[in-house]
Amino acid sequence: MADFLNSLVGSIDPYMLQILVNVGIAIVLALGLNVITGLTGQLSLGHAAFMSIGAFTSAMVTIKTGLPFFANLAVTGVVTAIVAAIIGFPILRLTGDYLAICTLGFAEIVKVFFLNFEPTNKALGLTVPPAKTAIPMPIYVWVVAILAIVLVTFVQSSRFGRALKAIREDEIAADAMGINTARYKIQAFALGSFMAGIGGGLYAHFLSYINPSDFGFLKSVDILSMVVLGGLGSVPGSVIGASVLASAPEFLRFMSQYRMLVYGALLVFLMVFRPNGLLGGVNLTDLLLRAIGKKPASKG
Amino acid sequence: MFLQQLVNGVALGSVYALIALGYTMVYGIITLINFAHGEIFMVGAFVGLLLVAAFKVNVFVAIIGAMIFCMVMGVVIELIAYRPLRKSSRLSALISAIGVSIFLSSLALMVFGADAKGFPDGAFPVRQIKVGSADISTLQLLIIGVSAALMMGLEFIVQKTKIGKAMRATSEDYNTSALMGINVNRVISFTFALGSALAAAGGVLVGVLFNAVSFNMGLMAGLKAFAAAVLGGIGSIPGAMLGGLLLGVSEVFGVAIGYSSYRDAIAFTILVLVLLVKPTGLLGQKITKKV
Repeated sequence: MADFLNSLVGSIDPYMLQILVNVGIAIVLALGLNVITGLTGQLSLGHAAFMSIGAFTSAMVTIKTGLPFFANLAVTGVVTAIVAAIIGFPILRLTGDYLAICTLGFAEIVKVFFLNFEPTNKALGLTVPPAKTAIPMPIYVWVVAILAIVLVTFVQSSRFGRALKAIREDEIAADAMGINTARYKIQAFALGSFMAGIGGGLYAHFLSYINPSDFGFLKSVDILSMVVLGGLGSVPGSVIGASVLASAPEFLRFMSQYRMLVYGALLVFLMVFRPNGLLGGVNLTDLLLRAIGKKPASKG
Repeated sequence: MFLQQLVNGVALGSVYALIALGYTMVYGIITLINFAHGEIFMVGAFVGLLLVAAFKVNVFVAIIGAMIFCMVMGVVIELIAYRPLRKSSRLSALISAIGVSIFLSSLALMVFGADAKGFPDGAFPVRQIKVGSADISTLQLLIIGVSAALMMGLEFIVQKTKIGKAMRATSEDYNTSALMGINVNRVISFTFALGSALAAAGGVLVGVLFNAVSFNMGLMAGLKAFAAAVLGGIGSIPGAMLGGLLLGVSEVFGVAIGYSSYRDAIAFTILVLVLLVKPTGLLGQKITKKV
């Protein structure tokens, strides 16, 4: 089985493979943030902080213990979620932009903490030993990405997800309807961070080198852009947003030095022309039904 | 020692305050966090450097030149990247602002290269003045003086002029102001011009102070100035000044007592702690939510 998978991965162009893995990790991260910002409406500018907590936890677990990789990822996710819940407890009382700046501030603090943390080599960064698994990393990443898609789709239509959407639409009304908003917000934050942690673990083991500076403000912004570009609260949106933005810098590589310039301009123009994201306000089931002629096109 | 650090802190803090004013004014009027503001600060520093290095002008002239350049730039950015998004969700405008910020910093990277550039020697003659136990450089006096003058100028514009009155009205209620015959588009352009001019002045001052101008200086300065604006209560002009000074002073004192490797975390730790106690910042108004 493992040999077959290895030969399968070996048959793909390494450069393409790298892009595919980047996209897979981005999907996990974007879906996590989508739960927090898209579903629950809590703007977070610190998603990369949880990714870094996950990356360092996962790396340390691999170095210190001999846990198999899936157990490693589970531990990583749980640790990240616990940290998120502890942090979320005080800061989720804030709303809107104040929450955003608080998460941003928290992310900077985490970055500086890892930059000064002895066991993870401070600013030198950490070399991560290979993951303890027979399955090649790219396959692992995509299995996790698909699991993440299934999980978030399931969450979205569950009772829990509907409560989160109620909080997003009107927190006071949701509270009045008997939804324990504080508890749900923390749970959503922990779930989103759980996924960020796992994304971080995959990232650490795929790149096999992590540095606290990789998880700065710009990384958080990258992930947020994926979610907003795809369309807030939409699972297919997050997947498409992650795919477009994670691969865009690679496809723009042919214009090497103008790459980031075009990327910045691209963000502006995408927002100006699709302010609600690529799939914002688009219902895929609706489109599908319409395409096969089961449902007449709605007016307007 | 104490006085010395206090002066250092006030000099750094007044630059944070200058940048924070731009965040606060823009936020007060269109509730947009203008993430490109830090990059305007960076561009201002480069324009000032060019003027001093290539045209051999005086520092004051360089500041004015950078302010004018960035005023125009701020207005153009608003026109292209924010105005089309005024009716859409605030998050889209935020992403657009981030796009502008990435665009500007990579443009600066291409044009000026990756390494930090310094001002030519003698751009501003630095002398030390002894006050008690502290050595205060003329550079610090320049920074504090220029910042104070600009802030007083801003206060005059906002409080005493007609366009300032229009700004205050627009930030109070956008739609009603439009109905009352205020040209809100012009008010918003003017706000961007004013904020960008202050950031540009801050950029030149920081460039002279640290003698280093680089393409990525906008990011951290912008984040800290934004933290200052939120700390004081976003939307409040005196709040931004207070927040900027507070962050500058506490950062310098934090470094002085031996936390230099935590330098960037000090500002944010204070911010997070203050927000937890007073969720709308020090001088922010309490938000009452309508049901």
